[in-house]
Amino acid sequence: MKSARLVWAGWRFHVKSLTLSGFFLLTSAIQPVIFATIAFFMFKAGAREGTLLYVSLGAGLMGIWSATLFASGGAIQWQRWQGTLELSIASPAPFILVLLPMTLASATIGLYSLTGTLLWGRILFGVPFELAKPLVFLLAIPATVIGLGLLGLVMASTFILWRNANALSNLLEYPIWLITGLLVPISLLPGWVAPLSWVLAPTWGVRAIRDAALGGGDPLAAVGMCLALGAVYLGIGALTVRHFEQLARDRATLSLT
Amino acid sequence: MNNLRVFFIGGAIAYRALFNWIHWSIYVPTMLGSPVFQILFFAFIGRYAGLEDDAFFVVGNAVQVAAMAGIYGMAMTIGGERWTQTLSPLLATPANRFALFMGRALPNFVNGLMVSTFGFLVGWALLDFNPPLSSIPALALCVVISTASCTALGLVVGSIGLRARDVMFLANLVYFLLLLFCGVNIPLDQLPGWMEAIGRSLPLTHGIEAARQVAAGAPVSDVSGLLWTEAAIGAVYAAFAFGLFRYFEADGRRRATLETI
Repeated sequence: MKSARLVWAGWRFHVKSLTLSGFFLLTSAIQPVIFATIAFFMFKAGAREGTLLYVSLGAGLMGIWSATLFASGGAIQWQRWQGTLELSIASPAPFILVLLPMTLASATIGLYSLTGTLLWGRILFGVPFELAKPLVFLLAIPATVIGLGLLGLVMASTFILWRNANALSNLLEYPIWLITGLLVPISLLPGWVAPLSWVLAPTWGVRAIRDAALGGGDPLAAVGMCLALGAVYLGIGALTVRHFEQLARDRATLSLT
Repeated sequence: MNNLRVFFIGGAIAYRALFNWIHWSIYVPTMLGSPVFQILFFAFIGRYAGLEDDAFFVVGNAVQVAAMAGIYGMAMTIGGERWTQTLSPLLATPANRFALFMGRALPNFVNGLMVSTFGFLVGWALLDFNPPLSSIPALALCVVISTASCTALGLVVGSIGLRARDVMFLANLVYFLLLLFCGVNIPLDQLPGWMEAIGRSLPLTHGIEAARQVAAGAPVSDVSGLLWTEAAIGAVYAAFAFGLFRYFEADGRRRATLETI
């Protein structure tokens, strides 16, 4: 019960905090709309005009990933800069319960991007917003947020040891957009990419959301995969947080900036 | 002589001190890794959307990624004086302002050339991009001029950093808007008229257009008009940036707000 309260309080705090951050406003609201606009024009100018809702949803998911990625990269670094990392780790609560709300909150504020790209597409490009399976769509969104938030936990935990973790965030934005099929079908990529995409929650999240919105496929199975992967990430995250925290204590590298 | 020292040595020292991504552990993923995936990402969208060939996206993005250095680098090396609280001592010196200001652009310009060259090499290695060997010198000229004018836009961003609270927000925004407006991934004639007009007033647009023609085999004489236009746009942005810098310096002194954060 205490753990649930801590996660809830931390999630609320970080959602409010990230919402007021100019950088996250850019990452989760402005940048996805710019990318959605680029993609709309590219698809309109190309030979696939009938896929604009596909683009809206994909661009929205891109924003969720960006927000999760940069918050996960920054989760440890910001605490280092603010001098609160040692305090958080020394507190009686397990550190994972301090970190988890942060990554979940970052995935949550990524929802601004999904809302933004859908509204942008509707208003400026006349993209129809008719859902094939509205209830499943509503289920797919929180499942995706949870899946991505827990993937963020794994990344954040591995960043404890690396003082320039933010740089990895810069690197991982485009490749994950690409290999999880957010705007380009995975079948168009080299064959070795597919197995990589299967272990990444965004692959199943976008599949669930798209299948629920556009029809076809099995969105419930994708929701299930997203949540199952989330459970695996949570297990890995719990182990890595504990292990890397111990290593950082041993090497006295917690506060290195 | 002293002005030359301020320009070259001062610029290099400012770059080493204030360009936060200079360490290899940040430089490689951010300045080399990210542009590579940007090129691949848009090339594959282009393939899926049925829009243009790989060369279109390689050239557009490889020229545009110079903005990683030109925009972000300039934001850090000029705006960074304020974060590090060194702006007042710097402006208390009698150093020539033009040399002081423009010297910071040179290392970022060189860095932009490196990033752009790396982008072209990766495009050639991984995608269907094979420009004729004879086009390389002209392509290099296009990249040099485009990178210079993009760095001039970065000077404007850096100057605004002397006043604005969050210059990296602006730098990010400018970087992404260049992707949208400059014909990097969308043929300019596919954009609405007002967007095309904005694009034509920005650095990179004419340089990218010239680089595409050159990569397709056109001689440099065919694109000289585009390159002169690109250079002129860069010169206008550089002059505007220097004016802004002098204005913010004078205004900061008058209102004692040089290092207000």
